[in-house]
Amino acid sequence: MPTLFGTPLRRKEDPRLITGHATYTDDIRLPGMLYAAILRSPHAHARIRSVDASEAVRAPGVVRVYTGRDLEGRLGPIPTAWLVPDADLKTPPHPALASERVRYAGDGVAMVVAESRAAARDALERIRVDYEPLPAVVDAEKAMEPGAPLVHEEVPGNLVLHWRAGNGAEAAERAIAQAEVVVRRRLRNQRLIPTAMEPRAAVAQYNPATGELTLWLTSQNPHIHRVLLSGALGVPEQKLRVVAPEVGGGFGSKIPFYPDEALVAFAARDLGRPVKWTEERSENCRATTHGRDHVQEVVLAGTRDGRITALRVRAVANLGAYLSTAAPGVPTILFGLITSGPYAIPHIDVEVFGVLTHTTPVEAYRGAGRPEATYLLERLVDLYAREIGMDPAELRRRNFIPAHRFPYETPTGLTYDSGNYERALEKALEALDYDGLRKEQEEARKRGRFLGIGLSSYVEICGLGPSKVAGAVGFQGGLWESAVVRVHPTGKVNVYIGSSPHGQGEETTFAQVVADELGVPVEDVEIVHGDTAQTPMGWGTYGSRTTPVGSGALALAARRVAEKARKIAAHMLEAAPEDLDFRDGAFQVRGVPERKATIQQVALQAYLAWNLPEGMEPALEASAFYDPSNFVYPFGTHVAVVEVEPATGQVKLLRYVAVDDPGRVINPLIVDGQVHGGVVQGIGQALWEGAVYDENGQLLTGSMMDYALPRAGFLPPIETYRTETPSPVNPLGVKGVGETGTIASTPAVVNAVMDALAPFGIDHLEMPLTPEKIWRAVREAEARKGGAAA
Amino acid sequence: MIPAAFDYARASSLEEALRLLREAGPEAKLLAGGQSLLPMMKLRLAEPPLLVDIGGLAELSGIRLEANELAIAALTPHAELAGSAQVAEAFPLLARAAAGIGDLQVRNLGTIGGNLVHADPGSDLPAVVLALEGRIVLRGPAGERVVPAEAFFLGPLTTAIEPGEILTEVRFPLLEGRTGTAYVKHPHPASGYAVVGVAAVARLAPDGRVEEARLGVTGVGLHAYRARAAEAALRGRRPDASAIEEAVAHATDGVEVNGDLYASEEFRAHLCRHHMAQALREAVAAAA
Ligand SMILES: Cc1cc2nc3c(=O)[nH]c(=O)nc-3n(C[C@H](O)[C@H](O)[C@H](O)COP(=O)(O)OP(=O)(O)OC[C@H]3O[C@@H](n4cnc5c(N)ncnc54)[C@H](O)[C@@H]3O)c2cc1C
Repeated sequence: MPTLFGTPLRRKEDPRLITGHATYTDDIRLPGMLYAAILRSPHAHARIRSVDASEAVRAPGVVRVYTGRDLEGRLGPIPTAWLVPDADLKTPPHPALASERVRYAGDGVAMVVAESRAAARDALERIRVDYEPLPAVVDAEKAMEPGAPLVHEEVPGNLVLHWRAGNGAEAAERAIAQAEVVVRRRLRNQRLIPTAMEPRAAVAQYNPATGELTLWLTSQNPHIHRVLLSGALGVPEQKLRVVAPEVGGGFGSKIPFYPDEALVAFAARDLGRPVKWTEERSENCRATTHGRDHVQEVVLAGTRDGRITALRVRAVANLGAYLSTAAPGVPTILFGLITSGPYAIPHIDVEVFGVLTHTTPVEAYRGAGRPEATYLLERLVDLYAREIGMDPAELRRRNFIPAHRFPYETPTGLTYDSGNYERALEKALEALDYDGLRKEQEEARKRGRFLGIGLSSYVEICGLGPSKVAGAVGFQGGLWESAVVRVHPTGKVNVYIGSSPHGQGEETTFAQVVADELGVPVEDVEIVHGDTAQTPMGWGTYGSRTTPVGSGALALAARRVAEKARKIAAHMLEAAPEDLDFRDGAFQVRGVPERKATIQQVALQAYLAWNLPEGMEPALEASAFYDPSNFVYPFGTHVAVVEVEPATGQVKLLRYVAVDDPGRVINPLIVDGQVHGGVVQGIGQALWEGAVYDENGQLLTGSMMDYALPRAGFLPPIETYRTETPSPVNPLGVKGVGETGTIASTPAVVNAVMDALAPFGIDHLEMPLTPEKIWRAVREAEARKGGAAA
Repeated sequence: MIPAAFDYARASSLEEALRLLREAGPEAKLLAGGQSLLPMMKLRLAEPPLLVDIGGLAELSGIRLEANELAIAALTPHAELAGSAQVAEAFPLLARAAAGIGDLQVRNLGTIGGNLVHADPGSDLPAVVLALEGRIVLRGPAGERVVPAEAFFLGPLTTAIEPGEILTEVRFPLLEGRTGTAYVKHPHPASGYAVVGVAAVARLAPDGRVEEARLGVTGVGLHAYRARAAEAALRGRRPDASAIEEAVAHATDGVEVNGDLYASEEFRAHLCRHHMAQALREAVAAAA
């Protein structure tokens, strides 16, 4: 049988998704179900003088109204679960409903539970909250200034963390002082709204007789949600079932443990009836976590002939009003440690300030920290190339960690597992016809057309990760994964995994792996995930970890099953196990092909157990828990080609070439899909997206009328290519590919636009690169030129 | 996204719709395609106590070619404007503008009547109706009246329609002579509405000079407007680059230009001039 590994099978999950037969949380309807709606603060910062819900309680259909006071002692605060060490980390309390003070526009103040969604929503308008508005601060740097309004009184200067990484600040300082070339830039990595297509939702059901509580919710990590909910609600874990049904995108925003879902569980238990809550889109913009929001002061030092000698980064990360579940790890571990990117940089010094503001909490968002690192590095590398008059491709080539130096230890203490960065770059240049394109660009300029070519080379830390390291960096959990492979008596297979894919396609890729290992048709393998009552403990789907970590567990479990099957087959065939060949789904006695037992026959015998080898347990299943020895480090080079129209500032994407190396590829179709989606989200940051607050903390981009997401019509075809450098870390040699596109594409596009604008002397503009920004910059450049000429 | 409670009545005739409106008072709203009204209700920016659904009224459907005009009934959806051979033949700019509205679902449901009465400052069709000098036919308790496009748009979400009136159709005089048209739009990347939209109609004299230019502009001011000063600057001139440049210098004369997060007043005015020039060039080329 040809191996399924590497085959572009269509996704098993798609038929149900595209024909409307999938069950999302909001599709769940239970008898006697109630509906919740949450009243959110319209103010970014205010003292709550009083909450009067008496009128709402009397409104038609209303069953109960909860305020912060009702929860005291009954629903614990919302925890932060990534306690980064050596960072002077503060974790101010986050009550599920604010009772004294609201800290961002969107902070929950009360929850109505009613007989219908409409009744719950209507009743919100009958709750009278007496607010005393207080001054707000939305900008992280301003929040650090003396006298800035405090988000939490217990956090002076609004500074929740201060963290450093690198191999010596002084050495870096010296290298910068002695450098032939120094490039300095202040960069802003703007705030983004993840905007999963499915907003958050939760349904909870409590059985008062058994004390069992089930919570269905939009989660990337139901097992983590179970542990945290058990703590907050005081329901023992064995009585708590958490299910992530179909989840319509998360991008990090469905990692956190939020107040809202905990409240739904609380209310279901309190009222003894099922409760459902579904976020509205405008709520999603305000009350679901945001991403990025960094200001970075970057210094890159190098020689005249293009060798980088040092990098210094000082970043201020806006973390919003409360520290979300994984928030502290994003601007530190996931950002600071990867600032050297694919380059051999002798000296690195990173300093990060994490700051609270009166804004929506900021969390992981596709790429989480790594896009921020890649952006600053790739921007600075381009500026450096321009400064010394070197082709940006050549500059990258000169600084890449060479292929023979892997495993490579970075100045920030990571060990890159494997890589061949130059090969990916060359492949991209070739796909592009780089030299031809440069000529075309030159010709076009003569005719007053402004083409730009932007490169972005990246390496990503993903496949999170060794649990020992998780512990060392303060992640309050392990990062291993699990799988149970169960072959049924008929030879059909269910696989239960602890991770929780929600669009990434592992139901297909994992089935391919198992089908290969067990020699069964891929249609005979069903992957079960997302339900704590069915699946073994696992840490969830984020950090591009499901394939590199989860498949490790999967392969080990499947191999254990195959081993047991071999022993049973040997017994059936009266041969020694080592004399059997396993091929095409059957064990054959070597040299006697007609003496064979198929895996299905073996499975049946395993369950009948009439005649098993002495001492063998019946049934055919195995489980495995796999803790990787290292992270994995996918890499690649992406190139964007754009045309900028100076008169209108419009950017047109002409081409997009992505060369990614995700290690061994299980399913190229799915890898392409992940790259496409990621690239598009990253382009969104470069050109269109940006959450904007006014100075009072009102979100000005709180709907899809204002917050611009990429649309199909804005985009060119995405040309995907791959190189394959297997990871030595895990059994299958795979790396992650869920975030690479987002990490790589943002700087590729910005670099391309800056390249297009080079004739105007423009070398940096802040994202998103909207027409007005470009038009203004061009106009100012022309005025400068005019002025100089005059 | 749950609207406040409201009553719903489905009118079976125009007369019944008028009666229902009259009885319900000024707070009641007509429902056509629902593509502007329902989002407003879901955001609770509008909370009408009663919706009178005219969506099924055959009397308000269809495109009729008459002696010297094309009458487009109120319920004609954008998709039909975009796909109709009659419209494409008579007014290519109308087809073009309609094809650029929202997405397919919006175009299948949204109607010309609703688009004009809603009068969003960034709606596309008002600019076209202005440039084509459409005449808007309103039926009210006191009978029928006809309002020229230029007198119809009064402000953001505000028109000359009175409570109790129903827009029944728009009559467009057919174009004569060597006439070309164009519609050029800079869509907002999020909403798709016009940050700037310019509809141009240019009629050339046999010698190539501009006999008449009509310019409808949307997205730029509080409501769609005719750029009369720019039109005047072109009249009688050869539509060459310098004439067009001089004309578009007047693109926003007398208009309070909108500024927002996406485009400041200054940039929007610039885009207006830029796209007006482009629309004029295209219209002139189509006429020639
Ligand atoms: C996602 C989206 C994108 C859009 N993009 C664009 C765009 O790019 N450009 C653009 O121009 N528009 C856009 N629209 C708006 C769209 O064109 C609407 O269809 C239109 O504005 C309203 O038409 P309707 O038939 O849906 O009216 P409705 O929403 O039903 O009604 C709108 C208003 O008009 C009144 N009304 C409706 N018909 C009549 C009548 N015959 N007489 C009197 N009053 C009436 C209603 O009472 C209501 O006040 C978009 C809408 C959506 C949802």
